[in-house]
Amino acid sequence: MDKKMEKLLKLLQDDAKLTVSQLAVMLNLTEEEVTAAIQKFEKDGVIKGYRTIVNWERTDVHRASALIELRITPKKDSGFDELAARVKAFPEVESVYLMSGGFDLAVTVTAATMSEIAMFVAKRLAPIDGVLSTATHFVLTKYKDGGVDFITDFDEIDERGSNLCD
Amino acid sequence: MIDYSKYLNEGARNIKPSGIRRFFDIANEMDDVISLSIGEPDFFTPWHIRETAITALEKGKTRYTANRGMIALREEICKFYKKKYQLSYQPETEVLVTVGGSEAIDMALRCIIGEGEEVIIPEPCFVCYDPLTRMAGGVPVAIQTKAENEFRLTADELENAITEKTKALIFPYPNNPTGAVMRREHLEALTEVIIKHDLIVLSDEIYSELTYGDRPHVSIASLPGMRERTIVINGFSKTYSMTGWRMGYAVAPKELIAPMTKLHQYAIMSAPTISQFAAIEALRNGDDDIAEMRDQYDMRRRLIVDGLNRLGLTCFEPEGAFYVFPSIQSTGMTSDEFCERLIYDKHVAVVPGTAFGACGEGYIRISYAYSIKHLSEALNRIAAFLKELK
Repeated sequence: MDKKMEKLLKLLQDDAKLTVSQLAVMLNLTEEEVTAAIQKFEKDGVIKGYRTIVNWERTDVHRASALIELRITPKKDSGFDELAARVKAFPEVESVYLMSGGFDLAVTVTAATMSEIAMFVAKRLAPIDGVLSTATHFVLTKYKDGGVDFITDFDEIDERGSNLCD
Repeated sequence: MIDYSKYLNEGARNIKPSGIRRFFDIANEMDDVISLSIGEPDFFTPWHIRETAITALEKGKTRYTANRGMIALREEICKFYKKKYQLSYQPETEVLVTVGGSEAIDMALRCIIGEGEEVIIPEPCFVCYDPLTRMAGGVPVAIQTKAENEFRLTADELENAITEKTKALIFPYPNNPTGAVMRREHLEALTEVIIKHDLIVLSDEIYSELTYGDRPHVSIASLPGMRERTIVINGFSKTYSMTGWRMGYAVAPKELIAPMTKLHQYAIMSAPTISQFAAIEALRNGDDDIAEMRDQYDMRRRLIVDGLNRLGLTCFEPEGAFYVFPSIQSTGMTSDEFCERLIYDKHVAVVPGTAFGACGEGYIRISYAYSIKHLSEALNRIAAFLKELK
């Protein structure tokens, strides 16, 4: 991939609210070029969407999430893909990864409460044909998510400026 | 009541306060200030460098090092200068690790400048050269570089400033506050004059890794006949976002490094040990960090230069460091008036060009060591400020 296109994606990944004109200036491209590139990325499925990173812990809305390890039996023709497709179809499921190591699928699930997640695993995931075992790990605190520090608001702290010479 | 001024020597009595301070004091009293005044990277020191320092601390590396600095660090510094700027120095005798680049400047001036000897300083420039020259007994001679030359020092300007008392030239490029760089062709014209008049050059290359575009920094020491008469000063603060570690160095012929080392030994003993371990890691594994931060600065630079030019605060394109130096002459105000009104009216702090020398009148220094979001907000406020002036 062209270096500038890579930078464009990185900029948008960090801050999707940058305007086309800001992006164009920063990358030394025309606004038309930036617009066209973004449209192409969207069309090709390179850009999969624009979302907001929400720290729900700072609100009074209840949210619980968990990482669930699934051990599964691969199917003869489709391997792990078929089961992964079934798992990912649940709206409660946020991500599904095929892993190396001691288990097969790493599934993250979000719901209002821990017991809802427990019920979801017991009633939806565990009974799926081919699922050998599940292990549910609840998230207690998010320190960092999506590359963003959830504990410290770095933006608000600028410790610089005590040195008045430079 | 004791009259302390009688205890102070003349040099100490006459040290001027930094011109940047006044606006900090105003800014500190306000809420909601957007500052573009700080000459310090906003990035944190890369984690692998911090982690190396932690490990060194855990291992109990808490003693003095060699006065010159650890040999492993001096070797890495020499490799760096060889790789980046095609200059060879002996780690054993031609490197001194200092407490920041500023100490290296101080040591160099105190070792080479005699009472009444003149030191040529191209302005606008970093604020420490003038007072340090005076404290070394020297006489600073400012050259007012010009916007029409993109604030580069020209051979004619240098020639005209030289007298029989001239001993040294301070050479601060890439430049704080203008962002000017000197390319090989600009250097070639100068070195002829420098050699003809037998000057020593203090090349302050602290921003050497922060140059934009395809052409990397060229050290004046790498030109023919210059290595033998140049003290190159550099450090880790800007290159690796390591300001608080206080790590700098000087490289020069051993005859010049030797007396600086003696002075350093008596005044400082040795640079901080933990910081030296961090600096080794930075030089060994920090190239990607430099590239990443340079990319970020470059995008910010483009954004702020474009924004200012659109607002009619014209600036030439700065090619180094992380400052822009736009002209505010279209407003009819002096630099001081402009900065004062901007901070009172819109709570945006910038530094008047005059803080860096008289020829900075009509200009302001803007640092872009800030996030894109921060810079965009500042541009919006400056736009509103200019609109209300009309």
